[in-house]
Parts: sequence; structure tokens; C-alpha cells
Amino acid sequence: MLGSMAGILFDGFAYGMLLFLLSVGLSVTLGMMNFINLSHASFGMLGGYVTVTLMQQLGWPFLATLPAAFVISALVGMVMERFMFRRMYRATDLDQTLLTIGVVFMSIAGAAYIWGTVQQPVVMPDYLSGSFLVGGVNIARYRLFLIVVALVITLLMIGGLEWTRFGAQIRAAVDNQRMARGLGLDVDRTFSLTFSLGSGLAGLGGALAIAMVGLDPGFAFAYLIYVLIVVSVGGLASIWGSFVAASLLGICDMAGKYYVPQLGSFLIYLMMVGILMWRPVGLFGKR
Amino acid sequence: MASESESGAAFSPRNFLASRTRWHALEIVFWLSTLLPFVLVPDYLQLASQIAIAALFAISLDLILGFAGIVSIGHAAYFGLGAYTAGIVSKYGVSEPVLLLVLAAIVSGTLGYVSSFIISRFRHLALIMITLGICLMLYEVANLTSWLTGGADGLQGIKIGPLLGTFKFDLYGKTAYAYALVVLFLCFLVCRRLIHSPFGLSLRGIRENPVRMPAIGAPSDAHIRKIYTIAAVIAGMAGAVLAQTTSTVSLEVLGFQRSADVLVMLILGGAGKLYGGILGSIVYMVARDQFSGINPQYWYFWIGLMMVLVVMYLPNGLLGGLEKLTRRWRGKS
Repeated sequence: MLGSMAGILFDGFAYGMLLFLLSVGLSVTLGMMNFINLSHASFGMLGGYVTVTLMQQLGWPFLATLPAAFVISALVGMVMERFMFRRMYRATDLDQTLLTIGVVFMSIAGAAYIWGTVQQPVVMPDYLSGSFLVGGVNIARYRLFLIVVALVITLLMIGGLEWTRFGAQIRAAVDNQRMARGLGLDVDRTFSLTFSLGSGLAGLGGALAIAMVGLDPGFAFAYLIYVLIVVSVGGLASIWGSFVAASLLGICDMAGKYYVPQLGSFLIYLMMVGILMWRPVGLFGKR
Repeated sequence: MASESESGAAFSPRNFLASRTRWHALEIVFWLSTLLPFVLVPDYLQLASQIAIAALFAISLDLILGFAGIVSIGHAAYFGLGAYTAGIVSKYGVSEPVLLLVLAAIVSGTLGYVSSFIISRFRHLALIMITLGICLMLYEVANLTSWLTGGADGLQGIKIGPLLGTFKFDLYGKTAYAYALVVLFLCFLVCRRLIHSPFGLSLRGIRENPVRMPAIGAPSDAHIRKIYTIAAVIAGMAGAVLAQTTSTVSLEVLGFQRSADVLVMLILGGAGKLYGGILGSIVYMVARDQFSGINPQYWYFWIGLMMVLVVMYLPNGLLGGLEKLTRRWRGKS
């Protein structure tokens, strides 16, 4: 009993970290830049396809494809920001919602066109597959790897935003654009870099997620809902909030599926609506 | 029309509203032309009835989104509830379509009324996520209670009797289109009256500034609750008509895709003007019918592109673009 509970906790936490990796980029673009970016999971999907393609066509090792997934998604994000999203920062919620849903539709059809609608096979290297026992709890290597990566990224993001020059520039540009411009900051450039950082993180998250959740063109919609839940529950602009919300959701989802499987995903949605009704700005949101 | 209402002495709120309620010649032409499919394209009456249903659903979304400024990406909740109500009740012996329609309207309206207390309290991202959350929860409920709804297999055994006891739903969709069109037109009349009333004006005020409206004596929350309930009623009726004319209800009526589709139709046509939703659904449904015949898999690419272009270059939808063109043309001549 206790062992199974610890197992659920571990698996749930690992699943939560997967959600966190997928959504941390969104707490940058939606959270900090206040841009309702529903196309976030599309960037995740792009990262996933980059990894799969590099591994299958060019025989790259899995770990080497991760930076590539980050860089390519970031570049695509930067180009799209320059030509599309930049003009929409001041638009209404509705326009941003629609524009980005449009991008999601295009990405799904585009992925179906290039890679087909079938599930992409993802073969992990030996050192990341399999599992081992610790005190009666079955620890899958890949899940442990996800947790470690997520913790490293959390530290890098929080530290980077708090203590680096670029982090300070981002915070200034997001908090008060006019003031930041007045102080001589190149706000357009900062926003462009921030957006591509968010997109790159999405790509990295997608590349890491596909080994556990699979990859087909439906990815962009299926995980959009999850990342939105994580970010809105965690609170905008809060990396730490996303981290907490993602772990909570992951563990609740796992526990729900184990103990009350007949409820399915209902529990997660109920939890989201409940938390948002209690705190509309999310658990750690300020605005 | 703009110059008429602006020209001086006769301007009063009453005259302004009266000038808006007057029927324009184009409107009459439009409604008469909805009868044309009966003679011109009798093979496409099924599609025409689908369009009328989509238009009704789009009008319902327009009431809350276009007029009151409530962005909802889960409006299919009420559509689906209406469809399931009509379908399930018909299994238990009630087969008169009009009665089923009323029942569906009541059930959807009740859910709309209850959830309006939540909706009216929120704005921005929380609002979008809560509308989505309500729809997802209903979807899961329908999926889980498969003894009642048939779950993923769809509802089995729907029996719809002849309309008013006389008109059977035929294979060509003659009755279906006539029925959908009548429901659409009646709802449209109600909505048209509604938005040109003082209540309709105060809704637009709420859209522009929900905080300031109570200061001039228009309670924002109460108004939002009212219009949200009305919109839910109409969405439920649209769902019921779909269930009756196609005799099928599947989980897809509650899906995110349906909420997104209706949003696209409304924005494509132009939000905040009742005809926008109708025009948008005509263009969308006809285009889908044509494109998906060529290549169904990539249909969504064109829809996505259409959305991006509309948002970036046609901020008021097709209807807004047309209005701009006619104004420019009149200005020149």
C-alpha cells in the first residue's frame, strides 16, 4: 500500500515535471509578456518532430537532438514573432486567441502534410530506458531524467530572471514598456528574444515529452489544454507557480487514474475550475 | 444610415433606437433569398440546414462575445447539452420536435443560468479558461455516463417524429431546412429586438467598460447573467435542431473543435453585428464542403490561414470589410 502510494507520487511527480517542461515556455510568453499564446503546444510539437526526424533520418543520439529542438523552435518562434505576433501585443484577448488558434490549425495540417498522421516511433537509448527498484518503488530511468531536467530548468529560469542582466531587461520591458524605452532599452529586441526563449523551451519540452506521450499531429491540441491549465492555475508570470501547479496536477491526475479510474480527466478540469474560482489570478499570480 | 442618425434636431435615444430597428431593404432581400435553396440547389438542402444551425449557434455566441465582450472558447457546452437533451428524451417516447426543442432550450438555459453566476465574476484569461473548463467537464461527463449517452459510440436509438405531427424529416432535407430556417429566423427576430433595446445598448457599454457601467445605473453582473442565459438557450436550441435533423448525437457536439469552429465563423463574418455570424457560417460551411471534398486532411490549414488573415487584415470580419468598401464607394461617387 505504502509502496504503491510512493510509486504514484513518483510517477505523478514525473508526469507533473513533463507538464512543467511543456508549459514553462508559456509562462514566459503568456505569463510575462501577457500574450494569449494558444499556439504554444504547436512549438512543442515542432520540437518533438525535430527530435524524431534527426534521430531517424540522420541517426543523431537522443541527447544531441535536444539542443537542436530548442534552437529550431526558438528560431521559428522568433520569425513568427517578427512578422505576426509583434503586431498583436496590443490587440484584444479575442484577437490574440483567434490568431494563435489559427496558427494551431495550420501547424496541425502542416505536420500531417510533412510527417503524416501516424504516431511517430520514439526509441530511447539504453541508458534512459528500463527501471530500477529503490525501497520497493519502481523508478523508471527516463522519468528520473525528466525530473532532473525539470529541476535544472527551474533553477536556470528563476536564477536567470532574477540575477542576470537580460533577466532584468525582460522584467523591465514587461513591467513598464514606456519606462523601459525611456531608459534606452531596446524593448522590441528584448521581446523578440523573450518570445523565442519561450518557443525554444516549448520545443525542448516537446522533444522530452514525446517518449512518454507519443507524437502525432493531434499533439498541438491535446497538450494545449494541459499547458493552459498549468499556467493559469500556477499564476501568470510565475515560474515557481507553474512548477507547483504542474506537480499538483501531475500527482492528482496519476492518483485519480489509479484510485478512481472511472472519473478520468474530470478531476483535473474540476480542480482547474475550482482553483480559478477561488483565485482567478492563479495560485502564485500577482495581477 | 449613419448620417441619418447624426443629423441634428431629431436626435434622441428613442429615435436612435427606432432608426436602428427599422428594416433595411437589404435585410429583407437577404431573408427572402434564404428560400432560394429550395428551388436552386435542392440537392444541397442538408448542407443548407447545417448552415442554418451553424448560423443560429454563431448568433448565440455573438450575443455574449460580440455584444457583451465575454470571450468563450467553450460555448459548445450548451450546444451539446441541447443536442443530448433532445436525443435522450426522444428515446423515451417524446417524439414531437417542437416539444423537444423547448425542453432542450430549458435544460441548456438552466445550465447557462447557473454558470452565468461564475462567468460574470471573471475576465481575461481566467474567464477563457473557465468557459473551456465547463465545456471539458461536460464532455467528460458525457463520455463517462455511457449508459445514458452512449459514450464514444454516440447516442443510439433516437426517434424523431414528424414535425407538428404532419411533416416527416425526409432524405433530401426539405423539412430539415424549412424547420432549421424557421427556428433561425424566429431566434434572429428575438435577438434583433434585444440588441436594439436599451438593454442591448447597455451590453455594448459593458463590453467597452464593465467597471463604469454600474456608475450610470446599469448593473454589469446582472446584465451579463441575463444575456449569458439567453445565449445558452439559443445554443441549446441549435444543438437540438442538429440532433433532430440528423438523428445522431455524438461526443463531438461537445468537443473543443466545435467551440473553435463557431468562433471562427463568427469572427470571419464579423462579431457584434447579428448578420456577421450568419454570413460567416455560410462562407465557412460552403468552403468546408468544397475544400474537404478535395483534400479533407488539409482543410484546417486553410481555415487557420483564413483566421490569421482575418485577424490581421480584417479586424471587423467580412461584414466590416464590406461596410468599409461601401462607405468608401459612396464617399467617392
